[in-house]
Amino acid sequence: MRTLHKFHGGVHPPQHKAESNGLPIAPAPLPKRVIVPLRQHIGAPAKAQVKVGDHVLKGQMIGAADGYISAAVHAPTSGTVSAIDLHAVPHPSGLPDLCITIEADGEDRWIERQRIDYKTAVPDAVRHALRDAGIVGLGGAVFPSYVKLNPGQQAKIKTLVLNGAECEPWITSDDMLMRERAAEIVEGIRIMAHLMQPDEVLIGIEDNKPEAITAMQSACQGTSFEVVAVPTLYPGGGEKQLIQVLTGKEVPSGQRPINIGVICSNTATAYTVHRAINHGEPVISRVVTVTGNVQKPQNFEALIGTPISEIVRQAGDTSHYIMGGPMMGFDLTNLNVPLTKAINCVIAASPALFPPKPAAMPCIRCGQCAQVCPCNLQPQELYWFSQSRNFDKARAYNLFDCIECGCCSYVCPSHIPLVSFYRFAKSEIVMQDREKIAADQAKERFEFKKQREEREKQEKAARMAEKAAAATAAKAAAAASGEMEDPEAAAKKAAIQAAVERAKAKKAEAAALSPSPHPSPVEGEGAKNTEPT
Amino acid sequence: MSSSPHTLTPGSSVGSIMLLVLAALLPAIAAYYFFFGPAILISLALASATALAAEALMLKLRQYPVKFFLSDGSAILTGWLLALSIPPLAPWWLVVVGTGFAIIVAKHLYGGLGNNLFNPAMVGFAVLMISFPATMTHWPTPLMLAQHPISIGEVLQYYFSGALQGVNLDAVTMATPLDTLKTQLSLQHTVSEVKNMPIFGSFGGKGTEAIAAMYLLGGLFLLQRRIITWHTPVSFLLALTLVAALFNGIDSSRYASPLFHLFTGGAMLGAFFIATDYVTAPTTPLGKLIFGTGVGLLEYVIRVFGGYPDGIAFSILIMNAAVPLIDAYTQPRVFGHDSGVKS
Repeated sequence: MRTLHKFHGGVHPPQHKAESNGLPIAPAPLPKRVIVPLRQHIGAPAKAQVKVGDHVLKGQMIGAADGYISAAVHAPTSGTVSAIDLHAVPHPSGLPDLCITIEADGEDRWIERQRIDYKTAVPDAVRHALRDAGIVGLGGAVFPSYVKLNPGQQAKIKTLVLNGAECEPWITSDDMLMRERAAEIVEGIRIMAHLMQPDEVLIGIEDNKPEAITAMQSACQGTSFEVVAVPTLYPGGGEKQLIQVLTGKEVPSGQRPINIGVICSNTATAYTVHRAINHGEPVISRVVTVTGNVQKPQNFEALIGTPISEIVRQAGDTSHYIMGGPMMGFDLTNLNVPLTKAINCVIAASPALFPPKPAAMPCIRCGQCAQVCPCNLQPQELYWFSQSRNFDKARAYNLFDCIECGCCSYVCPSHIPLVSFYRFAKSEIVMQDREKIAADQAKERFEFKKQREEREKQEKAARMAEKAAAATAAKAAAAASGEMEDPEAAAKKAAIQAAVERAKAKKAEAAALSPSPHPSPVEGEGAKNTEPT
Repeated sequence: MSSSPHTLTPGSSVGSIMLLVLAALLPAIAAYYFFFGPAILISLALASATALAAEALMLKLRQYPVKFFLSDGSAILTGWLLALSIPPLAPWWLVVVGTGFAIIVAKHLYGGLGNNLFNPAMVGFAVLMISFPATMTHWPTPLMLAQHPISIGEVLQYYFSGALQGVNLDAVTMATPLDTLKTQLSLQHTVSEVKNMPIFGSFGGKGTEAIAAMYLLGGLFLLQRRIITWHTPVSFLLALTLVAALFNGIDSSRYASPLFHLFTGGAMLGAFFIATDYVTAPTTPLGKLIFGTGVGLLEYVIRVFGGYPDGIAFSILIMNAAVPLIDAYTQPRVFGHDSGVKS
């Protein structure tokens, strides 16, 4: 048996998994219209590759990865592009985003699919294929996988961790996928392992999913991959927490797992890697748990872009919807939004299932939040600093290490929405930092301008003096014509003298400017100053 | 619309915590009643009424929702802790002044629930101790030693008229074991001689040792329910034990045993119910250990070398003042960091 480690704190919220894991994954009906957001991943949004009126095939790339941290998006079904415009998307901000709308032709006709023999292909070609297949982390963070699966300058990758923990209550999409498609997940893991060449491959699954564990174990037979049952403790599926439980290593603050030789990826992502490489199918669908106050809680395999309203058949007194789990998910009031790669669960919430939160009391410093914080932060201190806008202190107490898992709010007897305070403080600090940089740059520009004006003044004075000197010299030469030296030589001498003065002044100026810490932007006053005068 | 998390721990609230702490005090109160008669019940009732009235008044003055905050139970807990710390057989104004000062000055003038630097009950106790030292020494005699078991009618009579008809006050009150020990030691008696006096029980005082045991029981209940952590009571009692053992080892005729110190006075009440007060104690594990150790040591120093028979209130108040400093210097290491707080 592998020795497991513990992360600090954690909570045991009611699991509510049984509601939705009793039925197999069902295919969602083909929608009449799909709305595909171009931004379904961390990084730059994809660049549209089609225009309104174009006919597209299922699996055709309609948005290409734009830049390094980006991923492609694809037509989930065949049809005609009817709009490329802003549409409501499932995002905590509630802001609309650029989407490509496709009217389905009902044929669901595939584009020609090309599989790749990853064992013979060069790794970069495989990664390239992953990027163009739109593979992103399906655990929720939607980070482009091809970036993650690039060891770059890193030395040896020690451990490849597959995250099948699914620690959030209510969600069972990974559970069901592991139960039903374990062999395909393992094929995906093979590809990942081939790219990364890790010493070991660990598949972490919380021990409240015995069926998934059994399925994955039998699929892993004959491989060196190890399925590890980890204790059910929220947020045990957090990347850094799972790595700590499995390896005992802590990902240093502000760094990524790869810095300690670990790569962590979701099991559902491994499934899409397999589909992309071995079948040439990009990410055009995903398994999503529909649960809560619905007629029949179940997992559906639905096309990306399907309006969520078409998947959710809610029961009577639904008050709102939660995208994701109850601990970290966000609220939506209407379902006129498309399914995206990031959405693993939709919970129809009713007052009975999610009673309104009681009014907040003052913090009594009971410290229960600190006892459950998986990062070993002191949430009560962070709350105090955040609500009093003491942002420097909040930062010093490591506010930015908070993963917003919600454990602190979950246990707070005063019902303080702690995580909201941290989000507020974080965004304020980011804003302040941005403003400070902008202010510094403005100050620098102003200094440049002052210096330039000063220099121009001096140069003007120097030119005047030069002219005067030349005139005097000429006069003197004229007066003593022929006696001393010719006037031309005198004027030349004066000019040389003035040029030497100018060069000296320029040199001194350059010395004063060179240690500037911030490079000035290309445009603006600062740039003009670098031009030769 | 609300932000995550969308679910909270069922049944967890400030009120439920306060209720559990009050419940944990019940065994000790029962023992108190059993060994010392009904006076404690009158004292607790008066303290509760005063606490609620003072809390309501201050909430109203500060324009806070009165009913919402009154139901959190924190005021009643302050009243109970004070009533359990002072002589239960006393004129009515003693507990009223103490509780009123605790709630009005120590709690609300410092910002109310969650903001007070000093433990309100202990501030109330200190005010009474300094202002009415004589009244604060009239402790009821254990029933098994009393020539005259006092009735509830007589308690009420004493509470509101300040006198007992036909009963000498000395017949129903006496000094506490700690007080007796202190006085007798100053008269050049040895600890073993003093402990032969009838007021002393098997390891503490008669009656009081049982109450202390009940505080211990209630404290274990709070530990089991995770209302408090082990750090404060363990470090407190360990520090008291070790320092008492040290002096007891040096000269057992002048210094009482650790067991005696653990089961007399406010040690158990302090360790489990007062030093663990969330608002006025450190929040970090190491901070709690430092705090508990400090209170335990100061408790002994004040008891044995100071001017008061017991030192729980003053030792806690002194350590309360150090809490912000303790918290600042004991921040635990954060995940992925080498240290706690960035400089």
